[in-house]
Amino acid sequence: MTTASPNSHLALVIRALLRNRSAVIGGLITLVVLLGALLAPILAPWDPLKFDPPNRLSGPSPEHWLGTDQYGRDLLSRVLYGARFSLSVAAVSVLAGLLVGGTLGLLAGYFRGWFDLTISRLADILIAYPAILLAIAFLAFLGGGFINLVLAISVVFVGPFIRVARAAVLTVREELYVEAGRAMGASDGRMIFRTILPNAAAPLIVEVTLRFAYAVLAEAALSFLGLGIQPPFPALGSMVSEGRAFLSLSPWGSLVPGCAIVLMVLGFNLLGDGLRDALDPRLRQR
Amino acid sequence: MVGYVVNRLLAAIPTLLGVAIITFLLMRAVPGDVVTSLVGLEANVSPERMAELRRLFGLDLPLHVQFGQWLGAVLQGDFGSSLRTGREVAQDLALRFPVTLQLTLMGLLTALLIAVPLGVLAAIRRGGFVDYFASLFAILGLSVPGFFLALLLILLFALALGWLPPAGFVPLAENPLENLRHMLLPALSLGLILAGAVTRILRSSMLEVLSRDYIRTARAKGLAERVVIFRHALRNALIPVITVIGIQFGSLLGGAVIIEQVFSLPGVGRFALEGINLRDYPVVQGTVLFVATAAVLVNLLVDLLYSLIDPRIRYE
Repeated sequence: MTTASPNSHLALVIRALLRNRSAVIGGLITLVVLLGALLAPILAPWDPLKFDPPNRLSGPSPEHWLGTDQYGRDLLSRVLYGARFSLSVAAVSVLAGLLVGGTLGLLAGYFRGWFDLTISRLADILIAYPAILLAIAFLAFLGGGFINLVLAISVVFVGPFIRVARAAVLTVREELYVEAGRAMGASDGRMIFRTILPNAAAPLIVEVTLRFAYAVLAEAALSFLGLGIQPPFPALGSMVSEGRAFLSLSPWGSLVPGCAIVLMVLGFNLLGDGLRDALDPRLRQR
Repeated sequence: MVGYVVNRLLAAIPTLLGVAIITFLLMRAVPGDVVTSLVGLEANVSPERMAELRRLFGLDLPLHVQFGQWLGAVLQGDFGSSLRTGREVAQDLALRFPVTLQLTLMGLLTALLIAVPLGVLAAIRRGGFVDYFASLFAILGLSVPGFFLALLLILLFALALGWLPPAGFVPLAENPLENLRHMLLPALSLGLILAGAVTRILRSSMLEVLSRDYIRTARAKGLAERVVIFRHALRNALIPVITVIGIQFGSLLGGAVIIEQVFSLPGVGRFALEGINLRDYPVVQGTVLFVATAAVLVNLLVDLLYSLIDPRIRYE
């Protein structure tokens, strides 16, 4: 860490990542999912809301690659838009959780004392709270929709982010270079953001990736319970739920969005695992 | 030991108090209350009648007074009555908790029955086929949503093969066999997912333990490999597994909420969901506090289990 310039450190991490098979597979899946979600309006062969009654509950065909749902809507198009929605909810929730929880954890670990005690207690309470009930209660009272989904999920994330950031700072703050910085009279702000944060970032990056997986799962579960966005708009969880009534007629309506969820989460999990291995210097020494 | 337990219980009090306050505020922070949702559909209820109902439920009192009254009653074991059905919340919880407990315990059992052999075999045959399969199984367990797995199981075992009922519940006392038939798919849905996490932890902790000196000693003195693996290695490798199960217990209960919904099981999770939808304050407050307390107690139990497995760990 002392001799390596940021560039060569980054190069080391990337090389370690590319050597890691699960990271490469996870990265590829994530890339495909991201592209599919970003380009949904271009890639979707049909209007995701368009009814086509003669073709309802059909299996895969040249016309509808992944089949249709109970109203004859094209499943591929709906899954692409659903993934787009899932990913945007996940991205904003993780970012919000990181900003609030990460910052509080950083400050708590750096300043210690009563501030640390208060924040740690807050994290304990948030983590002890039955997460799914917290999110459900939130949405049931405030109603669904993008903003409320993000709020419900990110509230759950604040506790874990506080813990990870605080723990990372605690391991770093006793290092010699931190003491050196302090001895040179660096301000608290400079110490936190220039010295401690870059060195405590690795566990936070891993946490972000794994939280992405968790956020997609949470959004899917909440949508499945009917607490997400309003029906005609496609969300993966609510698609699985709607398809349930027609399972014995045509399972595609549930299977296709369900597999899409699994694929997305799998990608993030594999990538997160790979990142953890690549960023852990103890595992990289070879 | 007793002192340790008492200390841990005392330490849990502020946490549980925080949980209670958050629930309380959350339920009241939003527009509309149980009275509006109760009378919601009947158009001509006079404002006077609604005010009277609010007074009846104590909703006209200041928030801190309401909270104080509720907390005081809870401390005496009185969770209040459902605003909708008038039944005592504690009574309903007592009726529904066994269902959730059975579901989580069967889920836990399923998880251990799969994860322990798989994790041990994966560690012994490191890099082999079983190890590869175990990693795949573990990452899938972390990636498949519980409700989707439940659906796949229903599709296969209920709709395609017709072996098990797709939903519904029969009380254990009424007909144990039918009860098991109805609980099998829900338990599998919960257990297979937990099994993924447990397999993963057990594999890595077995690998760590197997490289220790005392394992080499055990082998060197000519113990059978079976004894080395199960008596010496597995026992030591179980500690992190139990920690993970303790941590996962909360999400196991959370998973139970959704699984109960999918299979229409009358458990605590569905009780909470119904309460939330109807804004039945006492039901939601009671259930959430109950679930949080259960999670805290399980974590304490887990810590005490350590000393059973590893006699070196003592609590003063």
